[in-house]
Amino acid sequence: MSAADGGGFGTLQMRQVSRWYGKTAALTDLDLELARGEFVALLGPSGCGKSTALACLAGLQPLTTGSIWRDTKRIDSLPADKRGFGMVFQSYALFPHLTVQRNVEFGLAMRKVPRAERRTRAQAALDLVQLADHAAKLPSQLSGGQQQRVAIARALAIDPEIVLMDEPLSNLDATLRIEMRTEIKRLYQERELSVLYVTHDQEEALSLATRLVVLRQGRLEQTGTPEQVYTQPASAYVASFMGYRNMIAARVEQIDGDPRRVEVVAGDLRLRGTADPAAGLRAGSDVVVAVRPEDFVLGRAGVNDLNALVEVVEYHGRELAVRASTEKGEVLHFRTEKPVAAGARVTLSAPEERVLVFPAEPLPGADDDAHG
Amino acid sequence: MTLTAEPDARSSAAPPKRPPQPLRHRLAERGVDWTLLLILPAVLIIGALFVYPFLYGLSISFQPLRGNDPLSNYTDFFGDPYLRDSIWKTLRLAVPVAFLSVAAAAPLAFRMRRDFPGRQFVTLVVLLPLTFGSVLIAQGMAQVFSTTGWINLLLTSVGIPEQQFIYNYTGTFIAALLVSIPFAFVMLMGFFGGIDRSIEDAAATLGAGRAARFWRIIMPLATPGLVTAFTLCLVEAFAIFPSAILVGQPDNATHVLTLPIYQAASQRSDYPAAAAIAMVMTVLELLILGVLMLLRNRLYRGPSSGGKG
Repeated sequence: MSAADGGGFGTLQMRQVSRWYGKTAALTDLDLELARGEFVALLGPSGCGKSTALACLAGLQPLTTGSIWRDTKRIDSLPADKRGFGMVFQSYALFPHLTVQRNVEFGLAMRKVPRAERRTRAQAALDLVQLADHAAKLPSQLSGGQQQRVAIARALAIDPEIVLMDEPLSNLDATLRIEMRTEIKRLYQERELSVLYVTHDQEEALSLATRLVVLRQGRLEQTGTPEQVYTQPASAYVASFMGYRNMIAARVEQIDGDPRRVEVVAGDLRLRGTADPAAGLRAGSDVVVAVRPEDFVLGRAGVNDLNALVEVVEYHGRELAVRASTEKGEVLHFRTEKPVAAGARVTLSAPEERVLVFPAEPLPGADDDAHG
Repeated sequence: MTLTAEPDARSSAAPPKRPPQPLRHRLAERGVDWTLLLILPAVLIIGALFVYPFLYGLSISFQPLRGNDPLSNYTDFFGDPYLRDSIWKTLRLAVPVAFLSVAAAAPLAFRMRRDFPGRQFVTLVVLLPLTFGSVLIAQGMAQVFSTTGWINLLLTSVGIPEQQFIYNYTGTFIAALLVSIPFAFVMLMGFFGGIDRSIEDAAATLGAGRAARFWRIIMPLATPGLVTAFTLCLVEAFAIFPSAILVGQPDNATHVLTLPIYQAASQRSDYPAAAAIAMVMTVLELLILGVLMLLRNRLYRGPSSGGKG
């Protein structure tokens, strides 16, 4: 009973969807597509409209403009209970008065599935999330991770063609989150699901998705495979989200014959970096330089050599996360496996192609990264 | 100081003994601390001004003014059909009032969970009767339902003969309802508000239409609240007094339990008899409360949100 059996579904599309709350736009002209078998992660900081997009798809919120299509069928005025998507909520949203078994059976009961079949299918769904032993319990008797697994089983029990997940792991603690992440990926592979997954966690998005969609203030900012988005962020905004912890405001000093190769200056830093020729940078342009902490290497390399004073060292097991600053106070974050101590003077360098130069823009306050 | 793990022959044999717990930790563990003082004001007031007089009333109810039979106040009450009937008259008023209040307030409270234009205004209007109290409401009703009040004028203008709404059962019933609906509404707002919206959303994505969501999700989660609201409305309506006199028919149709108590105490100065009837009323209320709470406890009682967040 794989999701593909119902057949027919090829793509789910949002076309030019906008959603306004009073006078503020949560979504603006969003085009979004989920093809069969894809795992698309909708990524962005809170307030970027990603949950709104999901709620619009699920039919839980009306659109202001635009349309939603399942292949050739327009579904945006179909109520939520007629769309047949499986949905997993951030708050689990289990029915507190029903046992685990009855929770999982609920969608089948709504579809008038005979009792005996309901039982076996619910059991199968619970087996899938390894909770068969807990079928008779009430949700409040389960731990957070177990509750979320029930929520997933409940969504999958109806054999949905499309599964929508709204930050399903954000209420779990770190260990459980990683475990459940693997679990979700396993279910996706085993059941050949098509998943649209909303998250603000880049690591979650990168590890789960086959395609990433980065949203910014209700608009599409970048879409691509995890690798594309990770290594070639389209903007400083995306970069700041993708673990480029060093976001340094700078100015273009000169551009060589190749418009991709840019030399920038920030305080006493002088760096050679790579820019998108389409960005139209010229000497004197204000830019943001993005470098990932792990792209800095200790030692002299001939290009982009920087002298810095080590200020803070965090032990991360295999490596150290280090905060250093240049003489004029430019802060640099880097990672290294070599032992360094606070107060040490070091020389760092970063390869030219890993120093990304973007046109300057106001950055989101998303400095809450835990993965720098 | 370092802890040394010396091999000890006894420790391996006997299970570790729980160390003695100092008094202050023992008290803290049981929740005995200075914040307990917070319960004092209410407990003192209720204790001094209610519990003591109640017990005193209980004792004098067995000391009749005339005769030596300690139960005579009770046998008098139950022996007199007019007095005895006041139980039935009270129930006949209080049960429908409580039922109708909950029935009217529940849809309102349910819809109030989501915003609509004028939501706050509606809340204000519904709650207003609570601020008036039953005497003012009864006074107002005497005007509204009089021969020249707008309701009768409206009825006669469309050809319906004038109706007698007050100075009978209906008058007291309406007066009680006007106070009871806002009371039920306030309670139910809390109960319905506590039901997590995402639970309904989840039911919808699983294919539950409006009706299925209401009957399978909202109602089961709200029923304990409905029972509680019904119980408290019932208790409230049980003690109805001013409107039974002012807009009722106190010597007949609305001769509710509070009236013979008042008559015995204030008009005949027969406090033991009054106390005895009050005790009958108390026992009745406790009985109803007990049954309803038992019923409530058999229903689902857990949280009304489905997880974290």
